[in-house]
Amino acid sequence: MSYKLQFAELLPYWSVLLYGLVFTIVLTIVSTVAGVAVGTAGAAARTFGPGWLGRIVAVYVELIRNTPFIVQLFFIFFGLPALGLKLSETTAAFLAMVINLGAYSTEIIRAGIEAVPKGHIEAGLSLAMTKWEVLRHVVLNQAFRKIYPALSSQIIIVMLGSAVVSQISAEDLTYAANYVASRNFRNFEVYLLVALAYLALAMLTRSALRALGRVIFKAR
Amino acid sequence: MLQFSFWDILSNLLVATQWTIVLSLIAFFCGGIVGVILLFMRTSRIAPLEWFTKIYIEFFQGTPLLMQLFLFFFGIALFGVEVSPWMAATLALTFWTSAFLTEIWRGCVESIPKGQWEASSSLALSYIEQMRYVILPQASRIAVAPTVGFSVQVIKGTALASIIGFVELTKAGTMLNNATFRPFLVYSLVALIYFCLCFPLSWWAKKIEGRLNVAR
Repeated sequence: MSYKLQFAELLPYWSVLLYGLVFTIVLTIVSTVAGVAVGTAGAAARTFGPGWLGRIVAVYVELIRNTPFIVQLFFIFFGLPALGLKLSETTAAFLAMVINLGAYSTEIIRAGIEAVPKGHIEAGLSLAMTKWEVLRHVVLNQAFRKIYPALSSQIIIVMLGSAVVSQISAEDLTYAANYVASRNFRNFEVYLLVALAYLALAMLTRSALRALGRVIFKAR
Repeated sequence: MLQFSFWDILSNLLVATQWTIVLSLIAFFCGGIVGVILLFMRTSRIAPLEWFTKIYIEFFQGTPLLMQLFLFFFGIALFGVEVSPWMAATLALTFWTSAFLTEIWRGCVESIPKGQWEASSSLALSYIEQMRYVILPQASRIAVAPTVGFSVQVIKGTALASIIGFVELTKAGTMLNNATFRPFLVYSLVALIYFCLCFPLSWWAKKIEGRLNVAR
């Protein structure tokens, strides 16, 4: 190989890359919080809601889980304006991420809810708790404890998947990498650096979620 | 001006779907072969081999598939080889698939009771023989459902090959959209075709999983 890798060429662009990194982190955090909220609502609707609502949620989940994220993103960003709903690239990116994670977490949380023994719900109701109280204090409590690891890995998968939002020019880390590569033509160097940044981000997210899990689900 | 009817759009998308299917099949089978090799290395209890596979899996599971595509596309070119999108996509998807399949299958191998390993080694079977005749026949039964489930991820993963210029379903959708300016219709159809490819597999995976639970 006669080519010499020149990482020094990336130095002048550190602020661009840093901005992209922050964007990706914010995108992940916001879509995690909103996506898990959507997922919780969806899972509750599927297990306790009326039948028609459950079926709508089921269709939503299957549609999202069986199509690529990039197509969902293009549909929201390019397709919806045809219906009169115009979104900026940042809004479209956030929306697509929430919709995507919402579907996956619906399915994960539903599995957790179904693993809660029926007797616990009946016991809660017989203690004159309202349906909401049972859901909050008896069902979701246990469900989240059970599915927390699965949910954590889904969050990391979605974080890595967010690289795709660069394709509608939302300014995330991958967009920054493309920008730098188009300026100094050190494609391989910048993509290698950014790939390692994602790797570090994935590892950090994993340990952060594990630490968070220990705080939330403290052994009683 | 060239006019595209609904059927023109649909038939063009279906032609491109063939490439999505071909790329998925190649990635899945090559990834499976690499995955089996890595599985043997990962469970071999030879430290350097295990370390290598651990790092390999960590890298391919911990970085975006899009980055891997870029790295292969621009990385191989550094050696002075002309890289087609086709080659970069095949390689990246193969390695990415193999990392996930190895982890899935390792889970299945580890779920086999330890006594099976001990019994087979007390019968003087070598490591390869243990895997071949005792462990894998049992592990493969458990592995079918998650493997089929993962094939859905592979099909969806091929959509990213469009970004480095490989013309499959998503890329064809983008090109048709540029020609027709009917994004809502085009991307609805693209999503629908992906759904028709993926949903039967998801459904099948769920069914096998259910059957396995009944057997226990």
